[in-house]
Amino acid sequence: MVGIISFGGYVPRLRLERKAIVEANGWFNPALRAYAKGERSMANWDEDSLTMAVAAARDCPGVAELSSVFLASTTLPFADRQNAALMAGALNLDESLATLDVTGSQRCATSGLIQALCALAGGAGKTLFVAAEQRRTKAASPMELLVGDGAAALLLGGENLVAEFVGGHQIAVDFVDHYRGTQEAFDYSWEERWIRDEGYLRIVPRAIKALFERVEVPPSQISHFLLPCQFPKLAQQIAKMFGISEEAVADNLDGRVGDTGAAHSLLLLTHVLEQARPREYILVVGFGQGCDALLFRTTERLDGFSPRTGVSGYLERKRLESNYNRFLAFRGLVERDKGIRAEADIRTPLSTLYRNRRMATALVGGRCRQCGTPQLPKGHVCVNPQCGAVESQDEYCFADRGAHVQSWTADRLTYSPDPPTYFGMVVFEEGGRLMADFTDMDASSIRVGMPVNMSFRIKHFDELRRLPKYFWKAISQIGSESAGRKNQ
Amino acid sequence: MPRGIKDQVVIVGMGCSRFGERWDCNAEDLIVEAAQECFADAGVGREQIDAAWLATAIEEQHMGKSGIPLALALRLPFIPVTRVENYCASGTEAFRGAVYAVAAGAADIALAVGVEKLKDTGYGGLPQRSRGTLNDMYWANASAPGAFAQLATAYQAKHGLEMTILKQAMAQVSVKSHENGSRNPKAHLRNRIDTDTVLKAPMIAEPLGLYDCCGVSDGAAAAIVTRPDIARELGKQDLVTVKALQLSASNGFEASFNNWDGTYFVTNRTAAKRAYLEAGIRDPRAEISMLEVHDCFSITELVTLEDLGLSQEGRAWRDILDGFYNAEGTVPCQIDGGLKCFGHPIGASGLRMLYEMYLQLLGRAAERQLPNPRLGMTHNLGGFPHQNVVSVAIVGRLES
Repeated sequence: MVGIISFGGYVPRLRLERKAIVEANGWFNPALRAYAKGERSMANWDEDSLTMAVAAARDCPGVAELSSVFLASTTLPFADRQNAALMAGALNLDESLATLDVTGSQRCATSGLIQALCALAGGAGKTLFVAAEQRRTKAASPMELLVGDGAAALLLGGENLVAEFVGGHQIAVDFVDHYRGTQEAFDYSWEERWIRDEGYLRIVPRAIKALFERVEVPPSQISHFLLPCQFPKLAQQIAKMFGISEEAVADNLDGRVGDTGAAHSLLLLTHVLEQARPREYILVVGFGQGCDALLFRTTERLDGFSPRTGVSGYLERKRLESNYNRFLAFRGLVERDKGIRAEADIRTPLSTLYRNRRMATALVGGRCRQCGTPQLPKGHVCVNPQCGAVESQDEYCFADRGAHVQSWTADRLTYSPDPPTYFGMVVFEEGGRLMADFTDMDASSIRVGMPVNMSFRIKHFDELRRLPKYFWKAISQIGSESAGRKNQ
Repeated sequence: MPRGIKDQVVIVGMGCSRFGERWDCNAEDLIVEAAQECFADAGVGREQIDAAWLATAIEEQHMGKSGIPLALALRLPFIPVTRVENYCASGTEAFRGAVYAVAAGAADIALAVGVEKLKDTGYGGLPQRSRGTLNDMYWANASAPGAFAQLATAYQAKHGLEMTILKQAMAQVSVKSHENGSRNPKAHLRNRIDTDTVLKAPMIAEPLGLYDCCGVSDGAAAAIVTRPDIARELGKQDLVTVKALQLSASNGFEASFNNWDGTYFVTNRTAAKRAYLEAGIRDPRAEISMLEVHDCFSITELVTLEDLGLSQEGRAWRDILDGFYNAEGTVPCQIDGGLKCFGHPIGASGLRMLYEMYLQLLGRAAERQLPNPRLGMTHNLGGFPHQNVVSVAIVGRLES
């Protein structure tokens, strides 16, 4: 029996108010007003599918000693530079690892997941499966309102499962509800009514029917039915076809997150697993040029298990964004005068990046064997003035260490895509420190002494060479901000 | 501790260009303006210079690399010319080279020139640039104001000071410097300001506002140094000598070790301690007559006054508000207007500081002249509070 050992999710902190989008674009397409309520999640300028994937994987307990790592998305930063290997580096995983990017359709995550589970059943070792998406949409498109950014991670294996994989079925049909060519930034979609009637309503039931024939589980036993789609009541309609109860249809997070594309089936799954009880059946569907249907059954181990923060935790940790123009700027959808400081050419030699990848990608420094002092960067000579030992440091990872702020500022002079730049001296409780950029902070909560954690983000995007460069930034410790405000 | 430099080297001549937005000058023109005054003041010609040092920090923005630009500008006769750089402490670094060459007997008469041409970058402020290939990968996205603003939030939290009080003390630092700069015909900024203007100014890097930050200026300054016996041969009677010359460079302690609380400069304290030892000073607050410190930002000056032992730790803000460092106060600081008003052409600043101390000691400071100063101190800092290099120089008359 193979299945899910643990899970995690990630939703970006920024939530773009849909009414702000409608205010900006409703003059052109009044039909958009139908979607004016609620929010959609919005990746910060320093987030992309890769950084969100890392965040989701870090939310998932037990990610260590893996055999395989999969990363599924249609919006990975690189078409040819393995994103899964880069993610594995950020997670400080051993290099003896099978890694694979999975892409190509909105069901690539569910398809990839089935293959990963099959590999496990065939003898593969513990596997991390992550899905992430940051879809690029045209201004004034309905998609702009309906999609969201997010990621989810599943740790898969053959024992100590919180959910067993009961079975799956896949069908492949070149139903082109939308497409995006390799060189293109945006999707092209066909008529919604046709997508609903000829696509979802015809193809999804075929996969579900075949699945039920295989697994011999009565549909009425399904406690959770997960079908990401933009059509209200469509999941209920399909559930009814099979005698799945209406209560089983899972909240698709429209109005709070939006549809996170290839990640959405898994994002909904991790969200549901946070709330599910033991011995419940979960039916997960992925749609996109065919359909995947997967059936899971939760175990007793699910009771008392939780991810570090979870989709539910990240949902609560929100900052409303009411400025649609900021969204357009972050996505590069408007030609902006960025000012002379943005002209500075900051080139990263790939040889320097490779040689220093442990620090840059995994936030690994050193720890002196002689005096025990953690230090960043790792050096040849211990930084402790009472020690000064030479060649005495082992690798020491700072990524998961808690810290607090010793000093800070809001810098309005340096170039930033989202001024001002907040940064300051981050002091790790167990030793070591870093003058670090801050991100995703509620400005009014920044103070000396505030607790912070580290987050993997885009440090700088080299516009000339089209290269995102990644590093770690400080974010407020989850749950600490409201406490901080109360104390003031 | 080594024997030290006290009274071994005399400054026989100094020069300084007008600082400001010198749209009319290349870097080479500024060098010539400062050097002409310097040579005339010393009474020597370029053929008497045995070796020269050139300080400039961001040469790629103006005259390019090596010591050659100095030799070209002044047509120095194929002598040794060394280009030095230590961020904003470069000016004093050039001075160090010249002074040590004379003390070592490697040169009889040596020249130090510092220059910076910042107004061809097209920026208001210092240019956004690479900090080094590895540094760019992990250093915070900091401007200079942002890096120094860290001192203010840490200082305020540590000493439990109301931010409004700290900002008033920081404002007085700038108000005082503007008052002094208004009496200096070579200064870039000569306008008087008041505290209210400072407090209402736009924020640059919280809590530093526009008037808490020095601007960028073009300028050059120069010094000619020699031994006391040669100075007398040149007909000099009042000899200004170097009493102390110290430098301290960060080694990662502040940036990587959890013992530094972000409220002071380790390098300031180290360099000052050594300088006082070298000069034989026991009570700086009583013995230093006047000083020029690196007021790139008002908070830098405030904290430095504590580090140099002139104010008690956590009390500089009180001394500042009491007027202790004003022109009419007990220990005038930035009598020439400082970086804030005279200006901060990076490579020139260390030498400009010495220029004012030199003029004051010789009674040639005109409207700014202090009554009978004995010892003048300069403090020149490059980098950031958490990683920097600091030079401290003390000058005085030979008999003192």
